[in-house]
Amino acid sequence: MSIKQISVFLENRAGSMAEATALLADAKINLRALSIADTAEFGILRIVTDRTEEALKVLEDGGFAAAVNHVLAVEIEDKPGSLAKILKVLFDAGVGVEYTYAFTSIKANTAYMIFRVDDRSKAENVLKEANINVAGQEIFR
Amino acid sequence: MNYYQKEIECASLDTLKALQDERLVKQVNRVYNNVGYYRNLMQKAGVTPDDIKGTKDLYKLPFLSKADLRDAYPYGLLGTPLSECVRIHSTSGTTGKRVVAFYTQHDLDLWDDCCARAIVGAGGSREDICQVCYGYGLFTGGMGLNGGSHKLGCLTLPMSSGNTERQIQFMQDLKSTILGCTPSYAAYIGETLHEMGLTPDDISLKAGIFGAEPWTEEMRHQIEELLGIKAYDIYGLTELSGPGVSFECCEQSGMHVNEDHFIPEIINPETGEVLPEGEVGELVFTSITKEAFPLLRYRTRDLCVLHREKCSCGRTFIKMSKPKGRSDDMLIIKGVNVFPSQVEAVLIEQGYSSNYRIEIGREGNMDTFDVLVELNSSQVSDTVKGIKDSEKALAGAMKTMLGVVPKIHLVAPKSIERSEGKAVRVIDKRKLH
Repeated sequence: MSIKQISVFLENRAGSMAEATALLADAKINLRALSIADTAEFGILRIVTDRTEEALKVLEDGGFAAAVNHVLAVEIEDKPGSLAKILKVLFDAGVGVEYTYAFTSIKANTAYMIFRVDDRSKAENVLKEANINVAGQEIFR
Repeated sequence: MNYYQKEIECASLDTLKALQDERLVKQVNRVYNNVGYYRNLMQKAGVTPDDIKGTKDLYKLPFLSKADLRDAYPYGLLGTPLSECVRIHSTSGTTGKRVVAFYTQHDLDLWDDCCARAIVGAGGSREDICQVCYGYGLFTGGMGLNGGSHKLGCLTLPMSSGNTERQIQFMQDLKSTILGCTPSYAAYIGETLHEMGLTPDDISLKAGIFGAEPWTEEMRHQIEELLGIKAYDIYGLTELSGPGVSFECCEQSGMHVNEDHFIPEIINPETGEVLPEGEVGELVFTSITKEAFPLLRYRTRDLCVLHREKCSCGRTFIKMSKPKGRSDDMLIIKGVNVFPSQVEAVLIEQGYSSNYRIEIGREGNMDTFDVLVELNSSQVSDTVKGIKDSEKALAGAMKTMLGVVPKIHLVAPKSIERSEGKAVRVIDKRKLH
């Protein structure tokens, strides 16, 4: 179980992120989650949407370099300690976390955290064993 | 096999040598009598026209260089009265004072012949439709290929460069079969074609004749794939007439020099000594038929190799390799000789775009060497580390090839300025002279 994320390479100049998001807006593509990694030279815009293929095409046609990869969307209860529990499970199994960011679902009281890990299948297994739900693309339907 | 002027293009070596000897002797006399600037050089070198009995005596003549052309600017090297001249062309002048070359009607006729030979060498005939996207005007590319295409009898589309979507529209509507332009513009047309949602099947091009800037074998393959054509090299310089000094045939393995008009030599650029066939050195040309601008032993600064081998196309003209760089565009970075063409070869080999820019600077007494490269979607990573690792891997491949390691900067597609004529690949911010 995993979901698709699009990474967009952004020039480090004013307006490059606005251009990318405007392309998606024009195509009426809704962003479900977003995060940015930035350096002095460039940025990487990571987005999750229910229309991945379409969004990728819109971005590439608009002149952006962009690629799809798979990340884990882990269901997280809206109460203290939820994130700590997930991280402990991953840490105990020796899974490294590259980055993580959160988004909420239409489903009441449910938030998800996106995890980019160094060993996806291992992470999935240990989370399942700990009774933590890992969602698939269906959460967008 | 087709030729434009079979008799001379496939002449025996003896016939060719006899023609060259006769033309050279006549040309040296004409230059000595009409061009004061060169007469002075000959007198300083202690050479008289009587010393030149044929090509075997060529080495006795003094060289001409770009510096001489600047000294003699604009009329000092005229071989005929100005009233006999009908046209000029000029270099872009990017490396200093511009060079102006003159042509009589006879010069233009012979130049047209040379370009017509090149079009036939690329598989063309009068049935072809030739789209010329070299710049027209002072630059020799547009009018040169245009002249050859006319003379051969092709339908000629004098497009000049730019307005790329319109170029492709004409290709579709008029079914052009041969394209003439700079290789960087050919690649740009190919990329634009695909961006427009078209494929090579949507156009009728079968061949391209590309020159006026250095390009690599890798770039040839890239252009051939993008446009679905065979890509042929053509060589020339304004000082000698323009494109068509030499051209590729079906073998695509070096360019046949039009030796009935230009005698090539390879010299050691340091000593001026003539090198034997097969050795790399600076290419020198002696123009033996030009009237208005008759340059003898002109140093091109292009480094290449000459080979006279039996060619499967049947032509007997000697072949020159693609220039392996110019002795004056060679970059010396941290003491290492670097040619931009080597950087380009690594990029293409590593799957990157050939749109790049080299930036050289100096911090303290140390050179800085940066290469900006446009990435494409397949090189995007979701992590900063992923991008940095790609930059490091590319820098490593560059180090292996060049012997000096650049700092690589991956940049967004289309963010490096593109020109539709000559590409500016190098920015040298050092003040070394």
